[in-house]
Amino acid sequence: MSRRNRRIAAASLSVLAVAGLAACSSGTGGNADGPATISLWTHAGGNDAELDVVNGIVEDFNASQDQYVVEVQDFPQDAYNDAVVAAASSNNLPCIVDVDGPNVANWAWAGYIQPMGLPEDTFEGQLEGTLGRVDGEVYAYGYFDVALAMYSRQSILDDAGVRVPTLEEPWTKDEFMDALAKIDGLEQYDYALDMGTGGTGEWISYGYSPQLQSFGGDLVDRSDFQSAEGALNGPEALEWAQWFRGLVDDGYMAQTSGEDSTADFVNGKSGLLFTGNWADTTVKDAFDDAVVLPPPDLGTGPKIGAGSWQWALAEGCEEADGAREYLEFAHDTKYFVEYGNAVGLIPATLDAAAEIPAYAEGGENRIYLEMADQFAVVRPETPAYPFISSVFQKAASDILAGGDPRSILDKAVADIDRDIQQNGGYTS
Amino acid sequence: MISPALALFLLFLIVPIVLAFALAFTNARLISPRPPEFIGLDNFALLLTDPVFWASVRNTFYFAVVVVPVQAGLALVLAVLVNAKVRGTQFFRTIYFLPVVTSMVVVSLLWRFMYQPDGLINRFLEAVTFGGFTGIDWLNDPTWAMPAIMLMSVWQGVGFTMIIWLSGLQTIPAELYEASELDGAGTWHQFRYVTWPGLLQTRTFILVTITIAAFSLFTQINVMTQGGPLDSTTTVVYQAVRSGYQQLQTGYASAISLAFFAMVLAVSLIQRYLSRERG
Repeated sequence: MSRRNRRIAAASLSVLAVAGLAACSSGTGGNADGPATISLWTHAGGNDAELDVVNGIVEDFNASQDQYVVEVQDFPQDAYNDAVVAAASSNNLPCIVDVDGPNVANWAWAGYIQPMGLPEDTFEGQLEGTLGRVDGEVYAYGYFDVALAMYSRQSILDDAGVRVPTLEEPWTKDEFMDALAKIDGLEQYDYALDMGTGGTGEWISYGYSPQLQSFGGDLVDRSDFQSAEGALNGPEALEWAQWFRGLVDDGYMAQTSGEDSTADFVNGKSGLLFTGNWADTTVKDAFDDAVVLPPPDLGTGPKIGAGSWQWALAEGCEEADGAREYLEFAHDTKYFVEYGNAVGLIPATLDAAAEIPAYAEGGENRIYLEMADQFAVVRPETPAYPFISSVFQKAASDILAGGDPRSILDKAVADIDRDIQQNGGYTS
Repeated sequence: MISPALALFLLFLIVPIVLAFALAFTNARLISPRPPEFIGLDNFALLLTDPVFWASVRNTFYFAVVVVPVQAGLALVLAVLVNAKVRGTQFFRTIYFLPVVTSMVVVSLLWRFMYQPDGLINRFLEAVTFGGFTGIDWLNDPTWAMPAIMLMSVWQGVGFTMIIWLSGLQTIPAELYEASELDGAGTWHQFRYVTWPGLLQTRTFILVTITIAAFSLFTQINVMTQGGPLDSTTTVVYQAVRSGYQQLQTGYASAISLAFFAMVLAVSLIQRYLSRERG
């Protein structure tokens, strides 16, 4: 009864229209006479470049054999997670879903997705951040990753008289602050630095928790994922909070930056831009002397986030073998290259990178791959992540708004610990 | 035989309300392999000790206490003005009504631009004060964020309230005005003794509907401030949505909804009592 209640509850909470949609495309439609249908859901609706690649892979797979037919159902990104939650509540999950990296552990825990069951050597040469691993088992793999980077112009750095940091020798915290002071001193920009503080939602966790980690703090104690005590409110975290707010106090950064930090940078409103490498093309198109810089080393080395959209095998799939076959078929360098070309982000395997000139050895975007390889820290692989992220988003906004860092972080830790405890440690 | 309307009413209103009541006493999660357990009043105990909840309640009342009278009053003034028998009233009615037919999300986004430190509003204030005014970072200032949202909300909602007042005004028979004029009543006395009593029904309706609308403040917050800065704009509904969806705590969000339900019910009953027809 309680299980039934839970389903009804979750379903009624979810967007009903989407639930209706979900009900229309049932998980599998095995047919004794013809090929079995494997349904596949993607969030890429509205993103034609990405959707075309997905459709291309599916067409290739369908043409390659006659046992299975994969059917693509695309959703707009904003409605996608709701659709999956609603479908899971009514036992209508498709066979293959895509899942945002930080949600993998949560969905695995909730029984939405199952271990992929592909041989481990399938994933050789793949960036670790693009694999959704839970307890050592691969639940999902992605075709691309994103790197956080800083952008500036050679002329700005020259005018300010600061050195260009490199992967081998990134700016230290002092050098970074010195660079900000000097760029600020040029008095040519509204703000020396734009870190996209006008952004909301997951961007806050994705963008700023690596800085916290670079200071030596973290979102949660990763030894057993049972508490955030000491990680999110220890001396390192406090130091991060003071530094973060300090950027606003010193006038280096806006408390809430504009709608589009990349556009603002291109329009000359800021001297230094901190964002994801999706900004690459825009920045390089605008400036001939654009430079890509690694994030500063704030104590324990530069850190960047990892983990973007990945493919997974849903629980309860009646054609699991066929779905596995598809997932193995789709894990082909050819498709990694196609994805890389279509979305322009970092290809997830070294083999694919070698075939994309910009990401090959010596290519102009190689730096992103190197950073993803060397500096990436995946967001904590715990089912508690969605909660932790939400709490961190509020804490980071409150810190930026000038609240007392100690009480904000202590409250955040208390909230996270209570949630973990309420969920029985998220162990089963 | 059950009529379709009743079926829909049950499915989309009664069932969710009953569910919210039941779930509020469990630790149900939106995504979880664990079945919900009955946890008694734990959610409410947590709620009452949560400073963010109290901030939400305070902000919600603050918003309602300012917006309801201002929006109703301003709308009445506009309604009386556009009800006058002069040329161009249709034009003004349309203009005042325009924001109402614009989506609140769009309105919120536009006003977010206007409230920026170098946005339209600061520039305008600087211009009319000949530089005597220094720009305010409206939405980042804990003191100003809520008033800024109030101003925008009144601007957006006033047209609709005006239309309701207008319909009320037009139910008042013209003979009453003629008669009072013969009796020598001036404009103010006409308003006080003819218009105002004639609007009794409309008044009650407007009071109840815009109070409930004000209490359920959410869209503007979600788009413009996400409850910040420093909880100065968080509201009860915003907190319920954040707990339920972002943080997946279905049980806790239900408890917040239940508290919200009690709050709105109490306020509505008080309003009914105060605006009852005295025999």
